[in-house]
Amino acid sequence: MDFWGFLIKAISVIVVFFGLLIFTMLTVWGERKVASYMQTRIGPNQAGPGGVLITLADGIKLFFKESIVPLRADRIVYELAPILAMVPAFLAFAIIPFGPGFNIIGRFVPMQIANLNVGLLWFLAMSSIGVYSSMLAGWSSGSKYPLLGGVRASAQVISYEAAMSLAMVPVVILAGSMELQDIVNAQGTYWWFIVPLVIPFFFFFIAGLAETNRPPFDLVEAETELVGGFHTEYSGIRFALFYLAEYINVITISALATTFFLGGWQGPVFFGLPGLWGLIWFLLKTSILIFIFFWIRVTVPRIRYDKLMQFGWKVLIPINLVYTMVIAFLVALQVEGHLPNWFGGR
Amino acid sequence: MAMNLGAIVKAMGVTMHNFFRKPVTIQFPKEIKEKPPRFHGRHVLNRYEDGMEKCIGCELCAGVCPAKCIYVRGADNPVDAPVAPGERYGYVYEINFLRCIFCALCVEACPTEAITMSNLFEFSFADRDEAIFGKDLLLVEPDGTPKHQGEWYDPESLKESGGWMRAVSPSGNAAYEGIASWSGEAGRGVPPAELGQNAETAGVAGVAPAVNNGGHDG
Repeated sequence: MDFWGFLIKAISVIVVFFGLLIFTMLTVWGERKVASYMQTRIGPNQAGPGGVLITLADGIKLFFKESIVPLRADRIVYELAPILAMVPAFLAFAIIPFGPGFNIIGRFVPMQIANLNVGLLWFLAMSSIGVYSSMLAGWSSGSKYPLLGGVRASAQVISYEAAMSLAMVPVVILAGSMELQDIVNAQGTYWWFIVPLVIPFFFFFIAGLAETNRPPFDLVEAETELVGGFHTEYSGIRFALFYLAEYINVITISALATTFFLGGWQGPVFFGLPGLWGLIWFLLKTSILIFIFFWIRVTVPRIRYDKLMQFGWKVLIPINLVYTMVIAFLVALQVEGHLPNWFGGR
Repeated sequence: MAMNLGAIVKAMGVTMHNFFRKPVTIQFPKEIKEKPPRFHGRHVLNRYEDGMEKCIGCELCAGVCPAKCIYVRGADNPVDAPVAPGERYGYVYEINFLRCIFCALCVEACPTEAITMSNLFEFSFADRDEAIFGKDLLLVEPDGTPKHQGEWYDPESLKESGGWMRAVSPSGNAAYEGIASWSGEAGRGVPPAELGQNAETAGVAGVAPAVNNGGHDG
C-alpha cells in the first residue's frame, strides 16, 4: 500500500470511528426520547436543543465518577471485560459498507473500512468475542448477581448466535458471497433480499435483539431479578463502556440487517453523487431498524428465561433450517436452469 | 411458541399511538398549572382588614385535627394593644407539616375563619424543625399576603388564594357555597358585624349580603 492509499485508509478509519461515536450518542438520546414520547412524557430536554447533548453530559459525569472495584473482584479480568465489550463492537462495524464508494484525486475510496472476503464470518467472530465481556464481567465481579447474569449471557447469546447465523445462510446462498459489498451489489436498487427472505429477516432481527441483550430478551441485565446483571458491580467509566458497547451493537445489528436484507446502501439516486445517496439510504434504513429496536423495547415485557431458550432452539433454529434448505433447493434448481431467476442476486 | 403474536402487534399499536400523542408532562417551574378552586394547599392564618388577627386561641382546630399536627396556646389580649378582637388571641400557633394530611377539618372547625387553606404547595424542608411552621410563617402580612419560606416560583398564586374561602361554605350554610362572604381577597376579612348590623349597612364594598354570617357575632 502506497502513501496515499494509507492516508485514505487512515482518514476513513478516523471518520468512521468518530461518526460511529456520534451516531451512538444520537442513538442513546433517540432511545430516551422515543421511549419518553411513547410513554406520553417529554424525556431529556435540558442539555442542548431537545436534550440532544444528554449523552455527552452523562458521559462526562460518568468519566469523573469514582470507579469502584469490589474487594473480591479478579482485578485484571474485571478491568479487561469492559474493553472486551468495546473493542469487538467497534471492530464488527468495520466491515459494513455505507455506500458504493467514490473517486477523489484519481483514486477510488470505498465507503467501507475493510471489505473482507469473509465479512460475514468476521461479524460472527466479533459478536462471539463480545459475549466474553459479559461472561468475564459476571465472573470476575466476585458477586452473585453478576455471576448469574454472566451465566445467562453465555447460554443466551451462544444459542441465539446459532439462530442468527442460520438466518444469514440464505443470504449467502442467494448472493453467492460472504463479502458484504457483494451481498449489497447482489440486491438490486429495489429488489432486496427481504422479498424472498422475509422470514429470515424477522428471525435475524429477533436473534439480534437477543444477541444485543435488548428487551424483551434482556435477561442478562434483568433489573428486576439481577439488579444490573453482569454490570452490577461496574461504575464510572467502565460502566459507560458497557453501555456504549450495547448501543454500538444495536447499531451494528441494524446496519447488518440493512445490508443483508434491505439492500444496504441501494436506493434510487436522484441527482449528484451516488456515494452520498448511498450513505443517505443506508442511514435511513438503519435508523428505521434502530427505531424498531426502541419500539419493541418500550412495548414488550421481558420473557422468561426458559421460554427464551425454548423459542431459540425450538422455533427459530428449526424453521430457519427448513427455510435454508428450501432456498438452497430452489437456488440449486435455478443454477441448473430449471427455474427462472426469481430471487435476483448472482 | 406460547407468546401471543396478536397481542404483541396490538401492544405495538398502543405504543405507536402514544408516540404521536401530546406528552402530559408539565414543566413545573416554567409552566404552572392553574390550581382548581378549593385547592387544599398550605394553611394561612388570616387577619381582619384593620390588621387584627382572626385567631382567638380557642384550640378547636387542634382538637379536631385527625393528625394532631396543630399546637395552639391562647393568651389574654393586652388591653392597650389588642392582637385580636375579643378577649383572647392565639399566642402560639404551630402546624407540623410533616404530619398534616391537608384535610381542612381545622378550617371547618374554626369559628372565626382564622385558619384557611391556600394555594401554596411549594414546600421544602432541610430538617424536621423547619417543617413546623409557627405564626411567623403562617400569619399573613397586614396587607393580606401570605408569607413563604424561601424562593417562590409562582408568586401569582398568592393573589389567587381568595378561593380558599369557598373551600368550605361558611359555618356550613349552603347558601354561601361559592360566595366569598367574609373575605374579598387573600387573607383579609371584615370584622364580624355588630348586633343588628349587616354588611350592607356597614358599608363594606365587595361583600355578599349578610344572610347569616356564621353566628359568631352574637
